[in-house]
Amino acid sequence: MIKKEVVVIGGGPSGLSAAVEAAKKGAEVLVVDENLRAGGQLFKQIHKFFGSSAHQAGVRGIDIASELLEEARECGVEVWLNSAVVGLFKEKKVTIKKTLADNSEKLEIIQAKKIVIAAGASENAVRFKGWTLPGVIGAGAAQTMINVNRVLPGKRILMIGSGNVGLIVSYQLLQAGAEVVGVVEAAPQIGGYGVHAAKIRRAGIPIYTSHTILEAKGVKGVEEAVICEVNDKWQPIKGTEKVFKVDTITIAAGLKPLIELAMMHDCKCSFIPQLGGWVPLHDENMESTNPGIYLVGDVTGVEEANTALEEGRLAGTAIAEALKYISLEDAGKLKKEIWHRLNELRMGPFGEARMLAKNNILTACKI
Amino acid sequence: MALRKTGYLTKEELMNLNLYPSEKRFKKGPVAIIECIEEIPCNPCEVACKFKAIKIGKPITNIPILDESLCIGCGLCIAKCPGLAIFTIDKTYSDEEGLISFPYEYLPLPITDSIVEAVNREGKVVSSGKVIKVLNIKSFDRTPVVTIAIPKEKLDEVRGIKRLKSKDSK
Repeated sequence: MIKKEVVVIGGGPSGLSAAVEAAKKGAEVLVVDENLRAGGQLFKQIHKFFGSSAHQAGVRGIDIASELLEEARECGVEVWLNSAVVGLFKEKKVTIKKTLADNSEKLEIIQAKKIVIAAGASENAVRFKGWTLPGVIGAGAAQTMINVNRVLPGKRILMIGSGNVGLIVSYQLLQAGAEVVGVVEAAPQIGGYGVHAAKIRRAGIPIYTSHTILEAKGVKGVEEAVICEVNDKWQPIKGTEKVFKVDTITIAAGLKPLIELAMMHDCKCSFIPQLGGWVPLHDENMESTNPGIYLVGDVTGVEEANTALEEGRLAGTAIAEALKYISLEDAGKLKKEIWHRLNELRMGPFGEARMLAKNNILTACKI
Repeated sequence: MALRKTGYLTKEELMNLNLYPSEKRFKKGPVAIIECIEEIPCNPCEVACKFKAIKIGKPITNIPILDESLCIGCGLCIAKCPGLAIFTIDKTYSDEEGLISFPYEYLPLPITDSIVEAVNREGKVVSSGKVIKVLNIKSFDRTPVVTIAIPKEKLDEVRGIKRLKSKDSK
């Protein structure tokens, strides 16, 4: 059996930054990711990030990803790609289906001292008549296709959802050469940032607030989408149907944390809609109710890349402290700075609900 | 706020929030307009300005305030804004025309001296314009800045151009 001090499950921004922080202080870290490339969602974020200039605001997600990977390499973090964590046992044993250089697979069991679950989140489905037709895909999936695989999912697209993902992906679909016929939003107001909405309105894309998708029509795939207005009880209003000729319907209706590993390992969870649904609880060190298991990033609640990076740094620092690579005092100082930045990122009308939800998690964890 | 429903601001909203340069300032030369009115943690514009004309401070959710007396309208902030919400306007270009510079992250890029269709915040074509400059330098990190000349009276409305057809589109 292989022994590693720290095993990080998931090589996205939160997992990588946890790995880097712990490795910088001297810990032996292994990151495992089931994808062919580490970096999580960062590799499809071609737009410039918001946040504090002191912490990479204005830098494109793809560049943050490259820098982070380079840093991980320099710190001596070991990364197993194309390898899935298939088991997590009580004694902190991690079972990994590792893909070797010759593409064969081997089952490895690793005895870890500390584990970080950075599994991220997955897209929600929206069910409507015809939703199983080819051409109905998640907005995140469309974003991967255009920004990573350089393929258009279709030529004429209807976007469902006006949160930041819906708005940004609509913009990127335009950049990639598709036509976006409109953005459909069930709520009476736009969900995402005004500046993101302004970009696509400037490009002539209409945003239909208080509307929902009724049906996707087509034979071999999507050919038409039918939307209609909804009343203040979210019910469709007869006679307000609008039909669009489209070949693709992209759905940006939120994400939900991938908590299976945390649940299987008896980490206490709570249902918090503002964070995407069921989320595992954690304390100020990002440690779960299961000592030695840490949780970071979207798996602890759907937020942004910036908060994922900071939560990762927090866990990495806490782990370095727990493994006695840094003193309580030094760890305390670093964690304080990180918490200050996290709180700053959760300020304002868009972050308030998340700030409250995260504070509730910290409180619930103490009980 | 109308922005939450329509997805675009109006000049009136910006003026009501004291976020529009005065006509007195416009008469002096080019000046920046930061069309950013929501409290989002974000401050690259403050750091971008060499003349310290943009103030956010702490917390970084503060709305950026432009000091029109310090701003010279150089436009370096345009490419730095992740929200693509900054423009520069020059109402002194000529008797009939003025210049507007805006971020443009689409291909194909317009060609200098070509005639383009200028659009307002709603994406409606409200004027034609002539491309004066297209700047796509390394420090802009792939956010080209396009400058067009349009009739003066359209300067408070126009915020971009209609997407150009790709040469090799089918």
